[in-house]
Order: sequence, then structure tokens, then C-alpha cells
Amino acid sequence: MSSFFSSKSIRGTVFILLWLISAPLYAQLNIEIFGGGTSRIPVAIVPFAEEGQLSQTITPVISADLMRTGLFRLIDTAGSSPHTPAEVVFSDWANRGANAVVIGRVVPASGGHVEIQFRVMDVATKSQLAGLSLTTPTTQLRAAAHRVADVIYETLTGDVGVFSTRIAYVLKRGNKYALQVADADGYNAQSIIEYTEPIISPAWSPDGTQLAYVSFEDKKPVVYVQTLTTRERRAVASFKGSNSAPAWSPDGKKLAVVLTGQGGSQIFLVNVDGSGLQRLSRSPGIDTEPSFSPDGRYILFTSDRGGSPQIYRMPVTGSESSNAERLTFEGNYNVSPDYSQDGRSFTFIHRHNGQFNVAVQEIGSRQMQILTNSKFDESPSFAPNGKMILYATEINGHGILSAVSRDGQTRQHLTVQTGDIREPAWGPLPKWK
Amino acid sequence: MRKFLSISMIVLLSACASQTTQPDDEMAGGAGGDGMSGSELMGSGSGRPGYFNQLNDPSNILSQRSVYYDYDSYTVKSEYRELVLAHARFLRDNPSASVILQGNTDDRGSREYNLALGQRRADSVRNMMTLGGARDAQIESVSLGEEKPRAYGSGETAWSQNRRTDIIYRGE
Repeated sequence: MSSFFSSKSIRGTVFILLWLISAPLYAQLNIEIFGGGTSRIPVAIVPFAEEGQLSQTITPVISADLMRTGLFRLIDTAGSSPHTPAEVVFSDWANRGANAVVIGRVVPASGGHVEIQFRVMDVATKSQLAGLSLTTPTTQLRAAAHRVADVIYETLTGDVGVFSTRIAYVLKRGNKYALQVADADGYNAQSIIEYTEPIISPAWSPDGTQLAYVSFEDKKPVVYVQTLTTRERRAVASFKGSNSAPAWSPDGKKLAVVLTGQGGSQIFLVNVDGSGLQRLSRSPGIDTEPSFSPDGRYILFTSDRGGSPQIYRMPVTGSESSNAERLTFEGNYNVSPDYSQDGRSFTFIHRHNGQFNVAVQEIGSRQMQILTNSKFDESPSFAPNGKMILYATEINGHGILSAVSRDGQTRQHLTVQTGDIREPAWGPLPKWK
Repeated sequence: MRKFLSISMIVLLSACASQTTQPDDEMAGGAGGDGMSGSELMGSGSGRPGYFNQLNDPSNILSQRSVYYDYDSYTVKSEYRELVLAHARFLRDNPSASVILQGNTDDRGSREYNLALGQRRADSVRNMMTLGGARDAQIESVSLGEEKPRAYGSGETAWSQNRRTDIIYRGE
């Protein structure tokens, strides 16, 4: 069998090379789950037939993906390993408390590929809910496992899965700063750029092909946009004074940025090529941290125009405006807003009792909910399906990534062994979604 | 009987660049316009003006380059007034000299909001320098927010060191 999985075609060789040069540079992120939801879906993930032959087993990745959402409870599969519908003894799984059973197998395919066949079986109706076959290069097995997890998630919850998305964040080790991109589970981390000066505020382009960020390499903050595949980058906002807080318009053509060259910190709009500068906000105070609504009609931002930093919303009208609607009223420090993809709520950092915590607020009802209980949370961003929020927090003086479910019931840490990790941003859904 | 939908998995070529890199030097200029120009921080090392001797003479007040602030404050305290005004006079008398003022904050709260707070500190020094005779074009006030702390750790000792504006002459 082993010879089967080696690369024999040119195509396979190419994939192997890609894998080698994209190997993780740093320790993987580890996931810890604590806290728990009340009504989790009990699901059994039976190890797929022949997956032990692969360099990367499939079902542990699937299980970890599902567990991180806080929506599932894994049922022990010991003593039973069906791989086909005929082998599934539904009464047995009913006794174990499973609502659904996932079965599958891995079949060799040509050219360094394997075919992953799997089915989601409903225990109550003894029927198949979903069945799919994916052909994938043996170098992309984690990506394939995330795809399978997406299908299972979508089948059992009705929501779109986000396991095939990516995240960006900044890793500081010693005096080095790396802007990294990783899979949503923290694996396959790659540095997009490394430098000895700080990098903050990475923001994904809506199509997931570019990152905007702020670099201090010129002794002051400058906004850059970098293409991930080519690593080509350009300064989009490098005006006199400070340039920061990039946010993409939903059509990917413009960036909202914060500039200080005309006095104060104010929000401007600029084309992605750096042309067409236009002022949006006008206040005597600080206006920063813009976040576009999904329809592009509004911008949420942080402003201290009322005396303390609060979240405001202004329409994007094409001309500058001093008018904005204040949205947060609890406490005297509410910052870093990020719109949910349905445009109905936003996540932000709320300070109370000296703690900085992740909160969400409905825009219509103004109902606020605090989701975390740590000390120093920063930079929250919604998953593209709105079900989880990625943020940075601090443990023992070290910055780590954490994620919390939208209801606050499940939290998890994604940690690196050494170094400070901060400024996370959850990327968009892949194009094929 | 197999009822599998057959989907060919789209090959998820890693969309990211795989090797780490240093930024390309030529990218630094960027977009300018609207009267705001890109920065030209690093002057040449050779042939630097003679006034740098004055600026770096420890007995000269011009060698003092940091203004510190109270918690949550952006006003230049009276004890730093003489220092700031001395630099203002120097800039007035040396029209070819120019400075970048870097505002800094402690590390509590949002990085971007702290960037804006640090800007306020740098702007307070700029305003005082302008009143003291320096020309606007000689001064660029920027913020490093909480990103470049002078002192690490939490607690008032470290925080008070980090609430400051640094005065840096171009070409230094």
C-alpha cells in the first residue's frame, strides 16, 4: 500500500514540492476547549476505513473541527466500526445516544490522490442525510478533512461551515513580527511577511486574496495591501502623519483608513490603488476602527466625540459627515467594532471592572451581551457564518488567540508554544462556498 | 449500492506565499497627495549638518528628547514646556532641520484606539512647537501607539515611561 501513496506523476511531484515550501514555520496552535453548550448535537464519527494508511488521518481533524463550535457532542465509537450503510446497526447507535453517525472510507486514486467517501446517517430515520466523495491529493488531506467537516456541519445545523476558512494574525517572537495566515484550526501557519518593526490591524479583502495591514517599518504607521499568492505589496496610505485601521469595502474596491494629516484621527476612503482620497468623518475627537456593513451602506467606528470611546454608526454617503448614531451606552470604554455578516449585530471590546471583554450587540434592539470573562481581550472578529468570534487575549503575560461561540457558551484557546500572538482576523468563506 | 455524489475536490493550492520575506524597499513611498506627502525619514549618514553636535550635547537642553504625560492626559506638562520651546526655537533658527514626533501610550486597551491617543500626544507637542516658532512643514507628528514601549511589563512604573512623545530629528 505504501507505494500507492507516493507521487508517481508530475502532478503529484508538484504537490509535494508545494507542501515542502509551505510547511509550518512555527509550532502549531493547540486547541483547548472549556465551558460547554446546553444542547449539543450527539454525533458519532467512526474512523474511516483505511485512513490509517494516510500520512494524515481524516476523522480526528473532523472531530476537532466539530468540537470547536460547541454545537456537538462526540459519541464514543469503541467496539463498532461500520464503513457502509449496511454495516450501521442503528439500534446500537440509538442506545449510545447518537443522533447521527458519520461513516466513510479512503480509496486510493491515481496520481498521488485519494478518494474520500463518506456518509452522514440519521439514527432516528435510519436514512442517509448526506453522501459525498472527494478526490484530493495526499498532500491536502487536512483541507479535505475540513471540507468533510463543513458538509457534516451544514447537514446537521443548516448553517454554512467555516472549517475551510483561514485566519490572519500577528506573531511576535523576540524582536520579530510575523504576519501569518493559518487554517481556521490554527494549522498550516505561514508567514506572509516578517519584520523587526510592529505590524497591526490585518484585514482580509472580501475575496480572501489580499491582506491590508499597518506596518511601522518607516518609523510611523503606514497602510499596506499585500497579495497572498505573489507577496506583491504596495503602500495604499502613506500620507504625512499616521495611517492606520484599514477596512475593506464589501466590493473590495476601497479601503476605509484612519489618517491624521488633516488634524486629529479621522476616517477616510481611498481606492485600493491609493488614489481617490476622500474624507468620511468629521469630528473634533478621535474617529477610528472603521468596519463596513455587509451591504456597504454603513460604517461602524470608535469615537470619543461624546467624551469616552464608544461605537458609532454613520452612513457612507460619498461625502464627509459629522453625523453619526451612537450605538453603545453601557460603560465608558467600548472599542474595536466588527460587523456580523448578516449586518444585524456587531462584536466589540467592552471594558468593565477593569477588564476588557468580548461583547456582542444587536443593532436593532441594542441588547448587549458580554461573552468572555478574561482580563485583556482585543481585536474580535466574526466567523463568516456569524457563529463564532475570534479574538486575542492574554494568559500569563502572553498573547494568545481564542475563539468564543456567538452565545458565549463555548470558548477555546488556540495557543502557540512561544511568542505573543495578537491582532487576529477571520478570513472570508472560500470562493467555492 | 453507492449513491455518492462525485465531486472533484478543488485543489486547494495554498493561496499564501510560502516563504517569509523582508519588505521590498521600493514599496515604501506609497501614495501621496492632498498636500500630505510620504515620509522621508532616513537621511544620509555622511554630510550631516553641523547642528547635530548641538542636538546631541548632553549639557544642551536640546539633547532631551522625551516628553512624558500623566495618565489619560495629552497636555504637555509645565516641566516640559522649556524643552519643547527650545526645540521650537532651534527649528525656527535652522529652517533645514525637521523633526518627527512619535507619540506613545501604555498598553491597555485597543491598539488602534491607542494609536489615536498617541497621535494626540504627538500633536500636543507639535502645536506647542508651532506656537514657539517652528514651521508646520518642519514637523511630522505620528503615533506608535502601544507598539514601541520603552519599558515592558505592567504597572505604573512601566506605563509612565510609555506615556510619552519622542522628538527625533530627520537624518539622525
